[in-house]
Amino acid sequence: MKHITSYAHIKHRRLTANGSLIFDGSSSGSLPEFLTDAYRAQGMSYPKYHKMDTLCKLGMLCMEAAVKESGMLTEYPLDKIAIVLANAASSMDTDRVHQASISDKAAYFPSPAVFVYTLPNIVIGEIAIKYKITGENAFFVSECFDAGLLLNYLEALFHGETQAAVCGWVEADGDAAEAFIFLVEKSNKSSNFKPLNQEAITELYNQ
Amino acid sequence: MDALIEKLKGQIIEQLNLAEVKPEEINPDSPLFGEGLGLDSIDALELIVLLEKHYGIKIEDPKDGKTIFQSVRTMAEYIKSQGKS
Repeated sequence: MKHITSYAHIKHRRLTANGSLIFDGSSSGSLPEFLTDAYRAQGMSYPKYHKMDTLCKLGMLCMEAAVKESGMLTEYPLDKIAIVLANAASSMDTDRVHQASISDKAAYFPSPAVFVYTLPNIVIGEIAIKYKITGENAFFVSECFDAGLLLNYLEALFHGETQAAVCGWVEADGDAAEAFIFLVEKSNKSSNFKPLNQEAITELYNQ
Repeated sequence: MDALIEKLKGQIIEQLNLAEVKPEEINPDSPLFGEGLGLDSIDALELIVLLEKHYGIKIEDPKDGKTIFQSVRTMAEYIKSQGKS
């Protein structure tokens, strides 16, 4: 039996975990300010965070919130934990920044630090590095949040050696920023947790 | 030289997004890579871009970077040697 044991959201510049508010930046400030303030509010200490693009920052913040009260990272071998994420805009947000840096031939200064984020699955890599997770991973691009797609892939992974997973939706497109991460564990944990199914994933995403 | 070092510290912090580092915390003689600021390979490329963008200096052979980017002081000395400060 697999359960969803923890989840976190970033929506409308509010960071929540398991239904509880962690940080509210909805009333003021820009998106970059929110991303910095929410990082500080979580007491994170990871200087590399500041070098990341918006997509990765959203993923890192949401992951930290989801995993904070969870024992997942110590209860399972890190090479048996998978990461499966998806979004609609791919890395478009950073692609635009890179495009702007190469569009003027007279001021042609492409930034290597920007270019490395012109793939959406880099957010998986950043999470994997920070939390030392070395299991399976996949990033999907779909038109909208697709609980069925994520569930099907998770089921396939759990038929293999995967024992736990970090899963969700991380989207950055201009000022539109959103993240939803949920943790799935293959264990005999109490029935207080939601069983993994499409309805449960959809219900949590829509919270 | 001191003014150039101070200017470089600010430019490095901005270019490399070292948001948690203050200029006064950077020892001009500390190694930029490995220890000290703990920069990585992408940061090395950014430093090459910084020299080109702000000082018009192109490093043709990446191997030269090992000497030039040893510390903030060696960067400043290289800029000065190129007559670009």
